[in-house]
Order: sequence, then structure tokens, then C-alpha cells
Amino acid sequence: MTEQTGLSLIDRAALVTPPSLARRVHGLSERAIAWVFITPTMLLLLAINIFPLIWTIWLSFTNYRANRPNAPVLNVGLSNYQSILTDPDVWAAMTVTARFVFWTMLIQTVLGFTLAWLIDKKFRGHGLWTTLILLPMMLSPAVVGNFWTFLYQPQIGLFNYVVAAMTGVPPSSFQMLAQVPLAPWAIVIVDSWMWTPYVMLICLAGLRSIPDYIYEAAEVDRASPWRQFWSITLPMALPFIMLAVLFRGIENFKMFDMVNLLTGGGPGSTTEVASITLKREAFEKWRTGYSSAFAIILFVTVFGLANIYVKALNRVKSR
Amino acid sequence: MSRMIQGHSLPIGRSRWPRLLRRGPMESLATALIVAGVLMLLQPFALVLYTYSFVTTLIGIVMFTIVSKFPD
Repeated sequence: MTEQTGLSLIDRAALVTPPSLARRVHGLSERAIAWVFITPTMLLLLAINIFPLIWTIWLSFTNYRANRPNAPVLNVGLSNYQSILTDPDVWAAMTVTARFVFWTMLIQTVLGFTLAWLIDKKFRGHGLWTTLILLPMMLSPAVVGNFWTFLYQPQIGLFNYVVAAMTGVPPSSFQMLAQVPLAPWAIVIVDSWMWTPYVMLICLAGLRSIPDYIYEAAEVDRASPWRQFWSITLPMALPFIMLAVLFRGIENFKMFDMVNLLTGGGPGSTTEVASITLKREAFEKWRTGYSSAFAIILFVTVFGLANIYVKALNRVKSR
Repeated sequence: MSRMIQGHSLPIGRSRWPRLLRRGPMESLATALIVAGVLMLLQPFALVLYTYSFVTTLIGIVMFTIVSKFPD
């Protein structure tokens, strides 16, 4: 790639390389230079990702407890996996996760696509609205969790007053984070508030990728706006919607921070998603071997979904 | 088609690789297994489905990894 100065990127890199380093590198083959640059990253990845993964796989076959490092570590075979996969409590945590994933994905997809469709109309001030809508996505989940905890306060929280103004019920008559029927919805609302803009962004990319001539042809054929939406907009944006759904599905499946900050899995175990159960097994009951097996089960599930995600991504790319 | 498969004289269009074992359908099958495994893991109806969900997902992933190297 030639820049305005007439020097290529490689030439400019050569110019800024210190002479001492250039002397050392001079004489090495291109393959060797590539290895020199790649090796630190590979070592870092091995140390941070691959080694802990292999270590966790090994621990999952043992009775190791991190709070008893001197106790003998026995190989228990597949019994950790067996007890997790036959435990009704863990199964209950999975169903809580499933409900959370289902509702967040549904709400975020519907709202995200609707917002993208509206933003795509390019009305006056749509740039400002896009920026405002995208703001929650840019916040840290820790910050979001903390300030929504305040918003949900029954005495001083704004959320209860807004609901009271809209429905007429007294603001202190319900507690979003402390009541069994409301707590799961409190988390769904926060997650949807935070991540709908992300889905909107992907859907917007999908909508903007539809060529105008298709709509023009539909206009010539006197297709109604409703027909254009069902026959052009939705089918052509569908791969992008699928991508957003899959990505949010994976993210919500391993959701931890927001749930931990808002409810900590409570009241009771109403909002105890799989990652909260995992944290309790690992750092409250100190069943490290057992929780390692649980982590591997979750990892395999996420890995499977990631495979599908990559396949969907390739399909979108090839369009 | 003039391109040849490595070391073979058959054109790509007439590959000896069985039609059913080509990448596309096999990847779809592996994807279906992964989806089935995830659904079995997250469903609230039968404990036995939950018990076999992990194995199903694992088989799907291993299959996906292998069949993604198959010819188209």
C-alpha cells in the first residue's frame, strides 16, 4: 500500500526500526522474522488461555479443593460430570439461565430490529438519536449494575416512581430486586436496556447492506410497503439478525457480572443462573474439581454455539 | 472443470468422495447436533435429556471439527 509520501508501509517500518535491531534482524529469513514476532503472542496465549484450560480439564477429573491445597488429590474419573448432569439443582440453574437467555434475546431482537428500522429511515436528527441509543452499550456492566440497583430502590428509586406514574400503584408497594416474580424481570430489563443498542447496530448494518435498486424494482411492481418489508427487508437482514441473536445468546448464557451485582442470584435461587451456581461451588463451597467440571460443561456449550456463530458469520461474509 | 484434486486425475466435479459425506450436509448435521445438545441442556421438561445434553453437544463439536475439513 503506497502512502502519500511515496513510501510503502514496510519502508516506513524499516525507517523507524533502530539500527541495532535492524542489524540483528538482517540476515534472518522472512519465516524466521514472522516467528520472532508471533512467538511472544503465542507464549502469552499459551500461558493465559491454553494452560488454564488444560489445567481445568485435569482438575475436573479430580476431587481437588482449593481451600485444602495439602489434601491428597484423587482421580475421580467422570463422577464430577455425572453428579452435575444428574443434579436437579444444577438443572434448575440451567432452566433459569434458559429463561433469561430466551427473554433477553427475544426483547433485544424485536426492539433492536425495530430501532434499526426506524434509524434507517434517516429522519431529522437521526445521528443524535443513534448516539443517544448507543450510550448504554458503552458503559461498564459494573457501573450499569450499580446504578440500576439505585434505580430499583423501592423508596428512592426512579424506576418505581415511573411505574407508579404509569400504573397508579404506590411506588413502595413492590420491590423489583427482592420479590420472587419480579427479580428475573429486573435483570432482563437491565440487560435489554444495555444490549439492545448492540443488536440495533448489527441490524442497521444489515439494513444498510440492502441495495436500493431492489426496493426500486419492488416499487415498479407496485409492492406495498408491508410486502416490501416481508419479502425484501426481513429476508435480507435475517443473516445479520441471526448473528446478533447468536452473539447475544452466547454472552447471556455466560452472564455473571450484572446478575451478581443486581441480585447475587436471589431472592432464594430465583435468579441463580449457571455462572452464579459455578461461582458458589468454586468459591463458597470450595469444590474446585466439581466446579471445574461444571466450567468445562459451560465451555463446551459456548464453544458449540461459537462454531455455529462462525458458520453464520461466514455466510454473512459470503453475501 | 480443469482443476484437479491433489495427486488424483479426477476433476473436482467427479470426486470419489461420497456425496453424503461432503462438507455442507455433514456440517449441517453437526450443527443440528450442537443445537439439540444446547436445547437439551436448557430445557425444563426432562432430567434425562439434560443428563445426555453434554455428550450430544460434545459429539456435535467433534463432528463439526472433523467434517469442516471435508471437501465441498
